[in-house]
Amino acid sequence: MEVSIFQYEFILKGLLGAVFASITAGIIGTYIVSKRMVFLSGGIAHASFGGIGIGYFAGISPVLGAAVFSILSALGIEFLSVRQKIREDSAIGILWAFGMAIGIIFIYLTPGYTPDLMSYLFGSILTVSYWDISALAIMSVLLILYFGVFYRTILYISYDEQYARTYSPYVNIFKYITTALIALTIVLNIRMAGVVLVISLLTIPPNIAMIFTRVYKRIVVASVLTGFAGTSLGYAISYKAGIPAGASIIFTLVVIWIIAKSINRLAVAMKTAG
Amino acid sequence: MAECLLELNSVSFAYGSSIVLQDIDLKVFNNDFIGVIGPNGGGKTTLLKLILGLVKPLKGKIIPGKALQEGSGIGYLPQITTGDNNFPVTVKDVVLSGLMMRKGLISMMTAADRNKASQVIDELGLNDLSGSSLNELSGGQLQRVFLGRAVIGDPRLLLLDEPGNFVDSSFESDFYEKLRLLNKRMAIMMVSHDVGTISSHIKSFACVNRMLHYHPSSEITNEDLLAYGCPIQLITHGEVPHTVLKKH
Repeated sequence: MEVSIFQYEFILKGLLGAVFASITAGIIGTYIVSKRMVFLSGGIAHASFGGIGIGYFAGISPVLGAAVFSILSALGIEFLSVRQKIREDSAIGILWAFGMAIGIIFIYLTPGYTPDLMSYLFGSILTVSYWDISALAIMSVLLILYFGVFYRTILYISYDEQYARTYSPYVNIFKYITTALIALTIVLNIRMAGVVLVISLLTIPPNIAMIFTRVYKRIVVASVLTGFAGTSLGYAISYKAGIPAGASIIFTLVVIWIIAKSINRLAVAMKTAG
Repeated sequence: MAECLLELNSVSFAYGSSIVLQDIDLKVFNNDFIGVIGPNGGGKTTLLKLILGLVKPLKGKIIPGKALQEGSGIGYLPQITTGDNNFPVTVKDVVLSGLMMRKGLISMMTAADRNKASQVIDELGLNDLSGSSLNELSGGQLQRVFLGRAVIGDPRLLLLDEPGNFVDSSFESDFYEKLRLLNKRMAIMMVSHDVGTISSHIKSFACVNRMLHYHPSSEITNEDLLAYGCPIQLITHGEVPHTVLKKH
């Protein structure tokens, strides 16, 4: 079978998208899983739907709308919880639904049909542009630099914030920067996996990695690799079966997780038996 | 020669409207070993947090001496582990984090730093656990890791908040012997609400219950303890080293 230009482009986009989605999701995913910020991240992902709706309504890029909206909501939650003015999980729960509500309201107010709304909810490779992929590539470089240069500082603030405060006056600044990067990473990956599913793209790979290692750096690397395996395989399946990419990626990742868990169980059982 | 490391000058602190510490005066000298005792909620931990700069005094001044400003500062062993022990971080990483005070923002660890960490881990009898993550450790082992983090930077002042809480009995005498050796290089302030567990190596006492009373050496009576609102009864037999503070 000959590969058409269309197919070639599709495969290229899929592969490039998978590479940069895995890098960004692996780095940020390890952070949010280790710091138990998965619920916060899920909240940010859903709240960003408000920004998508506003983007549609105002005629600007929905991704831009989502980026601004999610960074502001993430920083808002961080700010409120640093000051301990509100229960963090309640704040997240409220924001989660509020963002979705705003999104739905604005999309209904937008005249005409919104064709790729489904792709924002569930992700689609068909609507991923080279602009989206470039944005993910830039984000990958940014995250590698940030986490590479400040590795120890970020690691120690994450592990024991109060102790870090005894030697560093920059703890809050790092927390805010990292939170903004989490929000941005989520928004950029929404194009790949969709609002509803993006959180699994971030959380499943580190959980697979943590079955085999508890060293932070190794978890990041292993997450990127498993993420890439899961996303590229998921794309292939979505293409062959004609199902939404986000769903098939998550499905593939969960299958990998189950296999990894089983292998680990078996290895432990053999060790104790032998 | 006694060199003043730190001076607290009529320091007061309040959480909201409740005054926790009032007009505290204290001088810490270079080879002091001060036991900070007093009831729960009396302000002992707050006193350490003030010294560490984690909270700012409502009034009064905390003046660090020359040695504290120039050197590697203050080592700190928190009362409860403030970190998340399920966080994927190894014993060696945690010990290394004690060097962060000297490092700038971009903090790479050198080979010398790693060697130093291995040496500290070795001295604490944790060498088999160097690469383990914290959730594999017992309470006593964790406490040793945090002691390693506190002392790796060779601080001039070491603050210990209730170290007795976690130390397992097999390590307890080792632990206090270790403190005695450390005390040759650094001043130590050790908080304890349970006077019974305080080490016999302590040279002076500071009783904290909103006010601070300093006892340069050592006698205490049961009535004195009751005055702090902490009815403590010590039941011992045999020859137990003990310290009784004078009435104030």
